[in-house]
Amino acid sequence: MKQPRLSLSLLMLTIAAAGFLFPACKPKNAGSAATGDATKAYVPPGKHDEFYNFVSGGFSGQMSVYGLPSGRLLRVIPVFSVDPEKGYGYSEETKPMLNTSHGFVPWDDLHHTEMSQTNGEIDGKWVFGNANNTPRLARIDLKTFRTAEIIELPNSGGNHSSPFGTENSEYIVAGTRFSVPPDDVNGDVPINTYKQNFKGHISFVSVNKETGAMDIAFQLKTPGVNFDLARAGKAKSHGWFFFSCYNTEQANTLLEVNASQKDKDFILAVNWKKAEEYLKAGKGKKVKVKYAHNKYDEATHTATSEIRTEVTVLDVAELKDICYFIPCPKSPHGCDVDPTGEYIVGSGKLAALIPVFSFDKIQQAIAAKSFDGEYEGIPVIKYESALHGEVQKPGLGPLHTEFDGRGNAYTSFFVSSEVVKWNIKDLKVVDRVPTYYSVGHLCIPGGNTRKPNAKYLIAYNKITKDRYLPTGPELAQSAQLYDISGEKMQMILDFPTIGEPHYAQAAPADIIKNNGQLKIYKIDENKHPYVAKGEGESKVVREGNKVHVYMTSIRSHFAPDNIEGIRLGDEVYFHVTNLEQDWDVPHGFAIKGASNAELLIMPGETSTLKWVPERVGIFPMYCTDFCSALHQEMQGYVRVSPAGSNVPLSFSVGTNQPKADAAAPAAGSEKK
Amino acid sequence: MKRAYLTSVFLAALALLAACGGGEQKPETDGGSAAEPAKSMVADASSYDPKRGEGKFNESNVTVGALDAAMAAKGEAISGTKCFSCHKTTDEKLVGPGWKGITQRKAPYWIMNFITNPDPMIDKDPEVQAQLELCLVRMPNQNLTDDDARQVLEFMRKNDGAK
Ligand code: HEC
Ligand SMILES: [Cu+2]
Repeated sequence: MKQPRLSLSLLMLTIAAAGFLFPACKPKNAGSAATGDATKAYVPPGKHDEFYNFVSGGFSGQMSVYGLPSGRLLRVIPVFSVDPEKGYGYSEETKPMLNTSHGFVPWDDLHHTEMSQTNGEIDGKWVFGNANNTPRLARIDLKTFRTAEIIELPNSGGNHSSPFGTENSEYIVAGTRFSVPPDDVNGDVPINTYKQNFKGHISFVSVNKETGAMDIAFQLKTPGVNFDLARAGKAKSHGWFFFSCYNTEQANTLLEVNASQKDKDFILAVNWKKAEEYLKAGKGKKVKVKYAHNKYDEATHTATSEIRTEVTVLDVAELKDICYFIPCPKSPHGCDVDPTGEYIVGSGKLAALIPVFSFDKIQQAIAAKSFDGEYEGIPVIKYESALHGEVQKPGLGPLHTEFDGRGNAYTSFFVSSEVVKWNIKDLKVVDRVPTYYSVGHLCIPGGNTRKPNAKYLIAYNKITKDRYLPTGPELAQSAQLYDISGEKMQMILDFPTIGEPHYAQAAPADIIKNNGQLKIYKIDENKHPYVAKGEGESKVVREGNKVHVYMTSIRSHFAPDNIEGIRLGDEVYFHVTNLEQDWDVPHGFAIKGASNAELLIMPGETSTLKWVPERVGIFPMYCTDFCSALHQEMQGYVRVSPAGSNVPLSFSVGTNQPKADAAAPAAGSEKK
Repeated sequence: MKRAYLTSVFLAALALLAACGGGEQKPETDGGSAAEPAKSMVADASSYDPKRGEGKFNESNVTVGALDAAMAAKGEAISGTKCFSCHKTTDEKLVGPGWKGITQRKAPYWIMNFITNPDPMIDKDPEVQAQLELCLVRMPNQNLTDDDARQVLEFMRKNDGAK
């Protein structure tokens, strides 16, 4: 079972399981839909895909990159979880990326991806990801496909409503899923004082247009509820943001029952331009908090982590006309804005209809004060005054909606395992196809932007069951690709993914492959403090019990490759510089007994592995990445002597040969 | 995934090692599938000029005269970073052949072509291919700029006694 959402009732899961067990309950056209034209997803060997697909890795904490339409996995980018394969979180350079106010955190849960935009279109610069457990936001640089920056979010618990962005990526938002007592008050309170003591916070994180550098511009302090998902307004509604929220009951236990009491929860409409005005007018309160801000420096190949201690908070109950609640049936999950910016689709996951709100009507309702009272100081707009209309009986368990830019919306239905295409204006269902099984998010390339590129739709499922060859109790995740260029949706591919494909975005390949991608790190521009620019600079330096090895690697040897004079109690730092300057020639580095991982070093890069030998002896080291025909020769030895030993520190490559006459050198003989 | 040629070089290496009975068996497969069509090593050799090599340099745009010592010094520094892990300045082979005498054996523009554009030349140049059979490592593209290459050439000339 894939990570059941807390908020989904057991009943729903039972229905889903029943649907699986009794094929008769499945949507009628299950068979025919699977016989779409598979050649449409075929990409011949050596040919490139049309789209890059950035898929959140869910509880793996990573982000995966697939090619579409082939569904081929191109890369797994380590973001919030350590990755021994790449040395991420193990090398000295990358450890600071995973630092938080709680210390080093080696795992998280990356739920959503968001590609940076300019004028409401994907610009191919960055992709953002959210950490759902220890609340953080990450920026991945699409020139390197590496995590460039991670910022922690104070006053938050469970950053689920994130990392959605505005149409010029002015802000990426982060709404707390779990309301908690704010960080600057005593949090040692009874849990059942939720109503008095727990608050929601939404962070607006600004993104520098040139460098991508992130900063928490301000936070909105809101009533204690659960924020779930969000979308920015666009075009006419640029300047607004919409957040779905549930648990307006403010329950603190058994939420699946207690947070599903009310007929309607809310969508929170935020006028962020107004918030900016208040901020400028000095209405924000500086609040004492603690959060980590981690940045990777491309010149030194090294990350640094800084602990910051202050954030500016705007209280939306005091500062009027930033926030309005819009009632939305039954625990809304998805909250999606169509390409024109006029329609906001709320998906009440326990509702049997989809409400569609109108931006114009919301504006009129606010002007006319067409309110139904207040909720903790925030005006509640009358449902009918904001409503464009409802899609009646579309399916069971609506979750998420994407758009094709041709007037249609596509909504996923978890409980009835299907995608439903419907017309936004007249709210009529146009087509439906089954998914296998229990679909969560959908992705249409650019499907959240002003200009969708709606050739394909991908459904990311929560349950895999019998789709692929069985692999014991634990299965790959499943995704299905549909051709949506015609009136009817056609499934053309079914492909397994790493866990857990929560949400994804996709963009035409050209936007990314022509963004000035980096192929190598130029060795002349390497500013790593322990770089060895050429074998002539390789050396071993002792500083007390710290030993720094300035090592180089090239096809097919390390320099030095013989090191003696290491003693028990030493901390050895292997700073390995890959001297190659050609694309796709990484070298690896591993040494016996290392308690961390390998290094994987790109051309021109320097990475550091810390090694603390715990016994005396000879320790082999070798290159782990098959780099050349003589890769298997790419190896060396480190000799470790007892503490206090007088074996002198020595290092060499190619010269440490036996003396011509010494047939059998005595054990422990020393080099002169 | 490394380029197809790695696979072919690797297979060639295996064949050679097997023939010599030298060394232990290499158990690794580099993830490249044997079914992948190997890139032909002599692709389009017909139009290849072994005197000039392949690249942007030729008789008219590379001229050498009296040794420029400053330029040679720059070339030596670049070589320290990018070349000396594989080449010695004597005639001794390290990973690649020693550099002694290279400027007598090869035209200046051939050298500049090779060091800025090795991949296609390794596939086509009969002498380079012969060396590859001995070295088993392909001369890497070390991303030299045109200026870098000219400076390295000047250093090679100095190494060969040019005045
Ligand atoms: C990874 C080891 C390696 C590095 C680094 C390397 N080379 Fe080579 N080089 C070789 C090999 C091996 C050959 C033999 C040809 C072949 O097998 O491709 C070679 C051949 C050559 C030749 C032709 C020699 C002859 O006698 O015909 C020249 C010139 C040369 N290299 C220059 C350079 C320069 C300049 C650099 C630095 C920018 C450099 N090499 C860096 C391995 C290397
Ligand atoms: Cu290697």
